[in-house]
Amino acid sequence: MNFPEHELHFFQKFGLTGRTIEKCLGEALSAGGDFADLYFESITSTSISVDESIVKSASQGVSAGCGIRVCSGDRTGYAYTDDLSAERLMRAARTAALIADGPSKQQVAGFRETAKTNLYPISAADADAGIAPKLELVMRADRAARAYDSRIVQVRAGYNDELRHILVVASDGTFAHDTQPLARLNCYVIARDGSRNSRGGAGGGGRVEINFFEGDKSPEHFAREAARQAILQLNALPAPAGDMEVVLGPGWPGVLLHEAVGHGLEADFNRKKTSAFAGLIGQPVASSKVTVVDNGTMPSRRGSLNVDDEGSPTQETVLIENGILKGYLSDKLSARLMGMADTGNGRRESYQHIPMPRMTNTYMLSGEDSPEDILRSVKRGLYAVNFGGGQVDITSGKFVFSASEAYLIEDGKVTAPVRDATLIGNGPEALKYVSMVGNDLSLDEGIGTCGKDGQSVPVGVGMPTVKLDRMTVGGTAR
Amino acid sequence: MTLTATSLSTAASKTDLQQLAVDVVERALRAGATEAEAVIREGDEFSTVVRLGQVETLKESGARGIGLRVFLGSPGSFRTANTSTSDFSEAGLAHLISGAIDLARVTSEDPFAGLPEREAMGEIAGDLDLFYEDVYGLPTSQRIDYARRAEAAALAADPRLTKSDGGSFDAATGHRIMANSRGFVGEYRRSYCSISAMPIAEAEQGGMQRDYWFSSARTLARLDSPESVGAEAARRTLRRLNGRRVATQQVPIVFAPEVARSLIGNVFEAANGDSIYRSASFWTGQLGQQVASKNVTVIDDGTLPGLFGTAPFDGEGLPTRRTVIVENGVLKNYLLNTYTGRKLNMPSTGNASRALAGTPGIGGGNLFLQNGTISVQQLLADVKTGFYVTEMMGFGVNMVTGDYSRGAAGLWIENGELAFAVEEVTIAGNLKEMLNHVTAIANDLEFRGAVASPTVRIDGMTIAGK
Repeated sequence: MNFPEHELHFFQKFGLTGRTIEKCLGEALSAGGDFADLYFESITSTSISVDESIVKSASQGVSAGCGIRVCSGDRTGYAYTDDLSAERLMRAARTAALIADGPSKQQVAGFRETAKTNLYPISAADADAGIAPKLELVMRADRAARAYDSRIVQVRAGYNDELRHILVVASDGTFAHDTQPLARLNCYVIARDGSRNSRGGAGGGGRVEINFFEGDKSPEHFAREAARQAILQLNALPAPAGDMEVVLGPGWPGVLLHEAVGHGLEADFNRKKTSAFAGLIGQPVASSKVTVVDNGTMPSRRGSLNVDDEGSPTQETVLIENGILKGYLSDKLSARLMGMADTGNGRRESYQHIPMPRMTNTYMLSGEDSPEDILRSVKRGLYAVNFGGGQVDITSGKFVFSASEAYLIEDGKVTAPVRDATLIGNGPEALKYVSMVGNDLSLDEGIGTCGKDGQSVPVGVGMPTVKLDRMTVGGTAR
Repeated sequence: MTLTATSLSTAASKTDLQQLAVDVVERALRAGATEAEAVIREGDEFSTVVRLGQVETLKESGARGIGLRVFLGSPGSFRTANTSTSDFSEAGLAHLISGAIDLARVTSEDPFAGLPEREAMGEIAGDLDLFYEDVYGLPTSQRIDYARRAEAAALAADPRLTKSDGGSFDAATGHRIMANSRGFVGEYRRSYCSISAMPIAEAEQGGMQRDYWFSSARTLARLDSPESVGAEAARRTLRRLNGRRVATQQVPIVFAPEVARSLIGNVFEAANGDSIYRSASFWTGQLGQQVASKNVTVIDDGTLPGLFGTAPFDGEGLPTRRTVIVENGVLKNYLLNTYTGRKLNMPSTGNASRALAGTPGIGGGNLFLQNGTISVQQLLADVKTGFYVTEMMGFGVNMVTGDYSRGAAGLWIENGELAFAVEEVTIAGNLKEMLNHVTAIANDLEFRGAVASPTVRIDGMTIAGK
């Protein structure tokens, strides 16, 4: 194909040419590699925050570069450059090529442009909105948090956005480009009552632009939510300790799925058989009420992508269906080595990083129980509705996630709020204890960032209200 | 502490980059800034992973970036903003400067904003032993061989070590240049290299465990041998096999150095001036109070030659120094940069951290808990029933309230001996109380990173399990 040089960002802004791309791919494969790709990335970002009711600072950043990867069997060579001149690109290609050791054998295939969806349209007006409307958003959040309750003594609100252009060209004929917005509004508060202090935080966004925050997800919405949590925590009791029934609320508690099963189902770990889920395809790993999917195709979601960072289209992938393990999340390398389909989950933090299988938006489908019935069924347990982060050891399967808003359930009623507590479980076992699944699936507000091997990528999670008959709650009270 | 790799050494010589930083500062002043500060970072990185004897990844590259912070208006009512870019072209630099000025016009006047006082700036003299070119001295084949030997030593240690997440060798160099409109110009280079191994063991009755070990240094000459790294990784992995859950209970918790250092990280957060002035730390207003057991002394020292948290100047151009945070249990100092110092009406402690983007935060130098007087064996021998923690998981620490709840794994202590592996439990308490219940500290302090601690025993925490 002829590259559409006249219309693409990298050709226009960096003087890249189709000829340079072809030469680089040729150079990358010159030592006998069997696959090579070039990943061009250019990001502009803005952040502004209000702190103690004044705008203390604002930031803007620009970065661009290209990562060149060469695969030879299961070996990967990688080099990158922040200088997109033909000379420096060729030098990076030569460095990456050295992973292979032999005569050039690979022809670069004819390029086909990856068919594109448009999950997050960009409006020219929003992209050029300037800093003033962003400043107004954070000032509104500050005012709303302070107005919520006089015990709110500190407020910090921040708005961060970025616009990322990517172009992926690979020796297998992949040619894909995308423009990816990402925006997030956060509000953190401190409450004080006498000698007791507490914190609260809330935020949200997605692959959206500033107009997103003019609807329901307004600065006031996030500010009040942060303030509500902090005030609630002022009077929280010590959390209970030990095994008990746990009900997780809808939305962000889906971080359970991300840690308990999501990471363990990434294909690289299973190819290397280092995951606690290795070899369990077709086996029950959850109660029959549990169906979990990863879906990169949801409009405007934080974890969504038109194409992944290898230029492959994203999709909806069923991970667990009615309790049975169905599939893994793969990138090109694992798909090729495992003889499975590429699920479009090859992602990377930036041009400086090697892509690997990662989640997009991971969630459990709704069941048939009403949230009220679920809570009524619990004699003594914990109702956890908000979480901080989580972590998993994919080899042992042990995972944790930390509740930041939780309540005791006593005789079917939600009673006192309790203090922060970590919940712990074993991935391949935890979801077998799911006995009720609510009819109220929702996704998180758009705040998740997932870390793996030192690489951070934005993700989404979701879940309906779910009851687990047994989970370990890490409080201090007996 | 590793520098985030950014930058290519083909670039200009040392003086050229200093000159570039000074030029950017001067251009910012000409464009309307009252004060300005520029930082440049260059870095190169190399990494390789060998898995099951075969090279899995080989990565080699470099990048660079420049950051600018400007102040508009007059001292006592400055407006400030910052920009960063990887584009060193004339157009890129022009955009960097005009962008910062434009942004600063919309921010608020802040009576505490501004560069450090002229007399506070400077750098510590002498060779800090931070840079060795030898980290790149080995040919690629020998670097791969380091990684291969570490993995091979781990896998050869025991037949139950059947799988691997690989052995690795990493090398990096970082170069940091800084200049500001009050006359500070400085730069330094640091080097880093490391070897690690991450084997996986399988128990006869099923269940996999992994652990890892590493050695890192500023020069190849101070790295442990790949064989010793592999052997230690194997030992740590094997002892985790056949882990059990224990019942919910309160027993003494013994934190091994590799997890005790996270408690010292919590002390850093508690003393962080940024959190102090916002009342976001439970140590706000506690200066001079007894905040920990009498045996607890925690020090931050950015001047120790050759260590991972050492630098000649901080992120604002102040000389690094030694600051006692807690002495015999009494809170002596917060860790401050210029801004948080002004907010609290105290001088900066030279703890500004500066990324390319954003305003300076608070960073530690070498942060450590001072050694106790007894050996680890003596410390363990005093524990009749307890939990020796070697790994913690999750982020369950609330610095506002001190509430602490984390996943934990390790070994059960019976009659002073390590008896069996424990996993899938949590340990919980409140940091304020935990620090006041440090009942023993061993004498095994070793700097394997910028934050370090000897083995520590804390009483009164709750284990949640079956």
